[in-house]
Amino acid sequence: MIADPWAGLDPSRLLGLFRRMVEIRLFEDEVMRLFNENLVRASTHLCQGQEAVVVGACSALAGGDMMSCTYRGHGAVLAMGAPLDRSMAEILGREAGLCRGRGGSMHLTDVSVGAMGSFAVVGAHLPFSCGTALAAQQLGTGAVSLCFFGDGATNIGAFHEAMNLAAVWKLPVIFVCENNLYGEYSPIAATTPVTELTTRAASYAMTAERVDGNDLLAVRRAVLRARESAAGGKGPTMIEALTYRHMGHSRSDPATYRPEGELERWKRRDPIALFATTLEEHDEIGAPDVADARAAAEAAVAEAVDRAVAWPEPDPAERFDDVWANA
Amino acid sequence: MRGETVTYREAVIGALADELDADPAVVLIGEDVGAAGGVFKATAGLFARFGGDRVRDTPISEQAIVGTVLGAAVAGLRPVGEIMFADFAGVCYDQIANQLAKYRYQTGGQATVPATLRLSGGGSLGFGAQHSQCVENWFLNIPGLHLFVPGTPADAYTMLRAAIRCDDPVLVFEHKALYSLRGELRDESDTPAFGRAEVVQSGSDVTVVATQLMRHRSAEAAELLAADGISVEVIDLRSIAPLDVDTVLESIKRTGRLICVQESPGPGSWGEALVAQVAVRAFELLDAPPSLVAADPIPLPYAKALEDATIPSVKSIAEAIRHTLSS
Repeated sequence: MIADPWAGLDPSRLLGLFRRMVEIRLFEDEVMRLFNENLVRASTHLCQGQEAVVVGACSALAGGDMMSCTYRGHGAVLAMGAPLDRSMAEILGREAGLCRGRGGSMHLTDVSVGAMGSFAVVGAHLPFSCGTALAAQQLGTGAVSLCFFGDGATNIGAFHEAMNLAAVWKLPVIFVCENNLYGEYSPIAATTPVTELTTRAASYAMTAERVDGNDLLAVRRAVLRARESAAGGKGPTMIEALTYRHMGHSRSDPATYRPEGELERWKRRDPIALFATTLEEHDEIGAPDVADARAAAEAAVAEAVDRAVAWPEPDPAERFDDVWANA
Repeated sequence: MRGETVTYREAVIGALADELDADPAVVLIGEDVGAAGGVFKATAGLFARFGGDRVRDTPISEQAIVGTVLGAAVAGLRPVGEIMFADFAGVCYDQIANQLAKYRYQTGGQATVPATLRLSGGGSLGFGAQHSQCVENWFLNIPGLHLFVPGTPADAYTMLRAAIRCDDPVLVFEHKALYSLRGELRDESDTPAFGRAEVVQSGSDVTVVATQLMRHRSAEAAELLAADGISVEVIDLRSIAPLDVDTVLESIKRTGRLICVQESPGPGSWGEALVAQVAVRAFELLDAPPSLVAADPIPLPYAKALEDATIPSVKSIAEAIRHTLSS
């Protein structure tokens, strides 16, 4: 399957993944627009440019697998199959939101599709993913846990504790580092003495692989290999996906620290454009199919945003709900 | 184990064994909890009886322990993590305060978190400032955590079992100076209600509220004063979250006087909180100002003479009671 140039995907799934990438891009553009209209509170961390990592990686998972991610997590949660409208509603703080408006942009969670949480303290969810993996191992479900994190997380203690524990217990975890070259405002070289983050895995005797994070099929293949290994009892893998965020760290960051021309260079390697070009090489996919998928994505996002904006805010009287399971 | 006379340590082991026996989803994890049986021998024999998959030794990685407990709880286990010395909660404070306590609420109640942490706290044994604290107060103003402080073998047994069966996170603070204390376990029918305080002994002149080691010192002080005809009611809170203010108020209706006795310093503690609540809710019941007998506000010193002077003693508690009665 892995030798297949289409990584085991038929035309319909290929176009489906393309559509999801476009939906994530447009969703993030809409979050930015709504933010500028003061409909999104506080801050928001967008992932335009990183869509191939999350869509490619999540495409390699099986039903029952569990994913956790960071506060730059809209794309990852959508890649697991969370609905566009309820995801946007959460970011807008609406009752119909995935988390009933209790979480917001940084905490999108949809347990029903295996999106187990977006964590807003850097690195905090790597131990969490060890826990979901331990449960799967102990209960014999065969599920694998996939954990997305950024390059910045590789310098925090929880990263090292989780990598070590996962390796020593051979937990079925796939650690996917989205290396977008900047930890908040700082270029990676200013904060990290190694440039290839996969070298970090070596100290935990963990298999590691570096892939082009803007190439959806390359990411998918790497995660398929890691999944097979984890499900086979061989323990965790670290994957470093090289990518780039088109926007700043958060809404207050115009990203003026980037060297001239860097953004433009990466935009020439836009993951959506790259995948569109790749798809057009497929014997059974033509340019109209790609255009149709793009149009379907545009319509879906527009409808979802309209619905989400119209939904009501939560009732303040219900704010005490769900602190406890047993109230 | 019901009805037997055992040590506090044996009660802990018995509660863990009975829950491991009752529910295959229960798993213990922690540093040296397995083959070594725990540094306080509070998990002795469980590794041999239940095996290394269910009684798991971890690396010295408190963040990984707590994060794993959270993830495992969300994904179907009923894990019990051990933080060897409660003071090490400082190492994993984010995992407890930001992750474990908030997961359920932040996700709008999408999952339950049946997680238990056992932490061994308390002084009087000369372990110095970083291995002797009663750190339960560190968590007092974080919604989402139950905080249990059992002070007898009977409570160690029933409260640990209740914690493991609870579908919300519970931190159970064991007191390391009480592990060898002997006492009788309750009959099944006598299991206390969740979070309820215990009236240890009835009295009519003053209400003394304490936990763990201070409960025993307060009871001794009460015995001394009884010789002088002073009648002291001693209440053991057993849980500081929930905090059973009602039982305390009922007592004050009879005594008109309140003294809280705690092993940790005063600022930001349950003792201060209880004094404040009683003042707010029952000012008119008080015949004298409520008072707090607490540790001196200094890091707990090592030398016996210094440590003994720092935390409340039978003598200092008795003096405080006399003082309150004279005002």
